Amino acid sequence: MKKRQTQARVPRCKKCGAPAVIYMRQHRLALCETHFQEWFVNYTQRTIEKYHMFGPEDRVLVAVSGGKDSLALWDVLTQLGYRADGLYIGLGIDEGTQYSQRSLEAVRGFMAERPGLRLYVVDMKEAYGETIPELARRVRRGRGKPCSVCGLSKRHIMNELALREGFDVLVTGHNLDDEAAVLFQNTLRWQTGYLARQSPVLEATHPGLVRKAKPFCRFYEREVAAYAIVRGIEYQYDECPFSVGATTIYYKELLNQLERHSPGSKFQFYTQFLKAKKKGLITFHEPEGEVVLRPCRICGQPTTAGEICAFCRMWVRPDMDLEEAKRSVPSLTFRVETSESEEG
Amino acid sequence: MAKVVFRDQEWEIPGGKTVREIIEELGLNPEAVLAVKGKKLLNEETVVEDEDEIKLIAVISGG
Repeated sequence: MKKRQTQARVPRCKKCGAPAVIYMRQHRLALCETHFQEWFVNYTQRTIEKYHMFGPEDRVLVAVSGGKDSLALWDVLTQLGYRADGLYIGLGIDEGTQYSQRSLEAVRGFMAERPGLRLYVVDMKEAYGETIPELARRVRRGRGKPCSVCGLSKRHIMNELALREGFDVLVTGHNLDDEAAVLFQNTLRWQTGYLARQSPVLEATHPGLVRKAKPFCRFYEREVAAYAIVRGIEYQYDECPFSVGATTIYYKELLNQLERHSPGSKFQFYTQFLKAKKKGLITFHEPEGEVVLRPCRICGQPTTAGEICAFCRMWVRPDMDLEEAKRSVPSLTFRVETSESEEG
Repeated sequence: MAKVVFRDQEWEIPGGKTVREIIEELGLNPEAVLAVKGKKLLNEETVVEDEDEIKLIAVISGG
């Protein structure tokens, strides 16, 4: 008797009445496996349209890490018919963990089941002579952790490859939890410059910058993971070994505690911020003169850091003249992998 | 008893509890964890029976 009562609490799919696999409190929406997948894909499309992210004619580059968010995003964009290629950056975080190796295997496994996909692979060791941990140790940036060098390198490489290969937009799998955690962190510190720039779309404000978009910015992380599971996507479950103790994870946990007691809090926090900014109810001004973009004298990418960008500076010594500096910075190299098309 | 696996840990838990109750009993936040049985996603109100083996998956990532 007790068991029947408990089972009776399982919510039913709003569309078909079958037992639901997920209940999304912030939407008051329960869905079965089939209708959850359908809803997820349609909601992504609505987000793409809502924020004018890109259109069917645009060439889209998806930054893929092998994790749930990026693989789910590539899966959805492909289902929606977008011309979406992947970009994987081999960071070389393998010492004792094989983390990067397993990430690439996850991406390749994903592609093997989806014919006709195209993946750009940049291997840090091959292209730049050093893995991310090696590079971070040499330049001594980031207080013993390579995260700062990793973020800097990924941003640089993604931008350079996207522009060089003629992509209209670079998309990332950032979800609402990612965005809410960043918003929370920047609000706690009243980082007005960052708050001014936080948006589902980052316009290309300079010819050397590619447009960026986050089509999953209105999904909870839990929903993206649920989608990856019901779609059978074998993603890399393990976290980067260097992310242990990361501030972002701590803020996500705090927000999830809030969410547990007050469902919808994360959703409201982020989406109301975007709405208020759009309506002009809150404005953040960057201090005048602070952000001036100039092309780096070595790679040409826009930088706020003077004549040479922070990425190129990792190879340049102060005593080098410009020609020597140019020779010392390795060029971006990559390979392209494709999954066999259905036509063979 | 039902077997519950999370990361490298395993627990034996009496059947008859919901996924959500199990997650909370283990001190985890249901907002940050999903449960699967085999490859099937479980709703958090699903009752876990004796002999079931469920795996909990942390959904938070980042850094």
